[in-house]
Amino acid sequence: MLICAFLLINGIPALAEIGPLNFISAKNWRPSNDEFGILPMILASLYVTAGAIAVGVPPGILTAIFLSRFASQRIVRIFLPAIELLAGIPSVVYGFFGLVIIVPIIRENFSASRGGFSILAASIILGVMILPTIITVSKAALDAVPEHYYEGSLALGASHERSVFRVMTPAASSGIMASIVLGVGRAIGETMAVVMIIGNQARIPKSLIDGARTMTGNIVLEMGYAADLHRGALIATAVVLFVFILIINIVFNLLKRGSRA
Amino acid sequence: MTSRTQSPADHTDHVDKTASAQLQAARSTERAGEMQKAGERLPSARNAAKVTAVILRGLVYAAAASTAAALLFIVTYILVKGIPNITPDLFAWNYSSTNVSLMPALVNTVLMVGLSLLLAVPLGIGAAIYLVEYTGRGNKLVAFIRLAAETLTGIPSIVYGLFGLLFFVVALGWGFSLMSGAFTLAIMILPIIMRTTEEALQAVPDSYREGSYGLGAGRLRTVFKILLPSAAPGILAGVILSIGRIVGESAALIYTAGTVTKVPQFLDLSAAGTSQVLNPDAFFRSTRTLSVHMYVLASEGLHIDKTYATAAVLMVLVLAINLFASCLAKRITQGQEK
Repeated sequence: MLICAFLLINGIPALAEIGPLNFISAKNWRPSNDEFGILPMILASLYVTAGAIAVGVPPGILTAIFLSRFASQRIVRIFLPAIELLAGIPSVVYGFFGLVIIVPIIRENFSASRGGFSILAASIILGVMILPTIITVSKAALDAVPEHYYEGSLALGASHERSVFRVMTPAASSGIMASIVLGVGRAIGETMAVVMIIGNQARIPKSLIDGARTMTGNIVLEMGYAADLHRGALIATAVVLFVFILIINIVFNLLKRGSRA
Repeated sequence: MTSRTQSPADHTDHVDKTASAQLQAARSTERAGEMQKAGERLPSARNAAKVTAVILRGLVYAAAASTAAALLFIVTYILVKGIPNITPDLFAWNYSSTNVSLMPALVNTVLMVGLSLLLAVPLGIGAAIYLVEYTGRGNKLVAFIRLAAETLTGIPSIVYGLFGLLFFVVALGWGFSLMSGAFTLAIMILPIIMRTTEEALQAVPDSYREGSYGLGAGRLRTVFKILLPSAAPGILAGVILSIGRIVGESAALIYTAGTVTKVPQFLDLSAAGTSQVLNPDAFFRSTRTLSVHMYVLASEGLHIDKTYATAAVLMVLVLAINLFASCLAKRITQGQEK
């Protein structure tokens, strides 16, 4: 609570001076000219998050289905703890991996001029990073579906696959949605891994292989030397980020309540 | 399939041999025709269902395999590239620009872990005890605090870092220092410790509490002599989990603890024999933890081999810590089943 209050107190004066609407809709971020528009960062954060979802969610959910309904006990006993452990790999390690593997691949296959630091690279790495979250939460949701749903579906003549995809998965949908929302929260808040591979140009990205700068990256890159209004603008960026996270948390809680009812 | 659908039609043919037989026959052949069509559709539909089932099953297996492959690839890649580069140089006491030793960073990480735990553990456990034992169940305040703690866990670490920079580094004038970093991290891990302690305490059966009260123990005595010991493994698992988080943390530390690669000098040996041997100023010196070290190395891009090695050390460390935590947690759940 202290943190919220402190951030707001420090952020609001700057926000008021720049103008809240101007702050989130202006296209230019030029601190030296007193131009503070974080629209490029907001868009970049949204693009990267969307990309991470595109990369991470389908395999995540399918893997959760595999673990919940297809795999034998023995495989689950090895697979699940391994995935949980991987959730703990520090983000700098993921970032470094992206730097030495994914960035060069993109550089060679798409365009040498842009150097490979891109939204695409960040999306892939974030997609992998949110996999464990999505898998564990979705699996819990699938496991919570009563067994007689599955048995009922089999009794009506549906195959195993049909039962799982047409009956079990819809029944667990609110839990699966919750896992996606949680993944979104992780992706949008991730800093170091993204900063290392996204290029950090503060302009509106035009394509997947363009570099961009996320809100978190904006804070970490310029906090070291920012002063006065510039610093205020960075704090205000954190406030905007905070609002995003708050919205995500509220949606998550609503979904959780929905799955309970 | 076809013969089976025709048999009822044949049957009606045999029964109806009256005047209207012709009409009936015409109708029944019509019906039989329809049935035949339906019969033809049925196997094809069944085939389609089979095909989709196979495709779905294939997708599921492919997804699981690719997930496993991706995660395995990351780990093995870092290990394979990193382990051959782990040399004794890497653990030299002093860092220099030619020998990017990770030793100072490692020592700083340990110090940071110790200090932040010292701050966060008593507070977190205390808060959890209050929430579980000293407030009525279904209390509004408790629900509010729980919601706040949940929100706190969702905040990106960079926001904590920003707060630490503004509050500890600038407002309190501590500068980039061990203390600023430790306080920032303590705030960050507080919700984790609170949450796990709460869960551990809630898992202690009420009969323990009743038994303790029944023997005449007070509430304080019950908490410290009965509840905390039986909840200890759960609390420990939470603490270890937060150690893993601290070791892996970088965003929150860059602008609170700074990036100086020196071990703080708590003992000033040059002043040996005098009262100034102890150097409390060391708490306010800038330090660089292993994750930050890793980030700086990777972005400098000069010592790529050493960076691999550092990544491997960091990863193994965090994985070991997490493995330990999950083993502890497993032991608890097994204990409960018995």
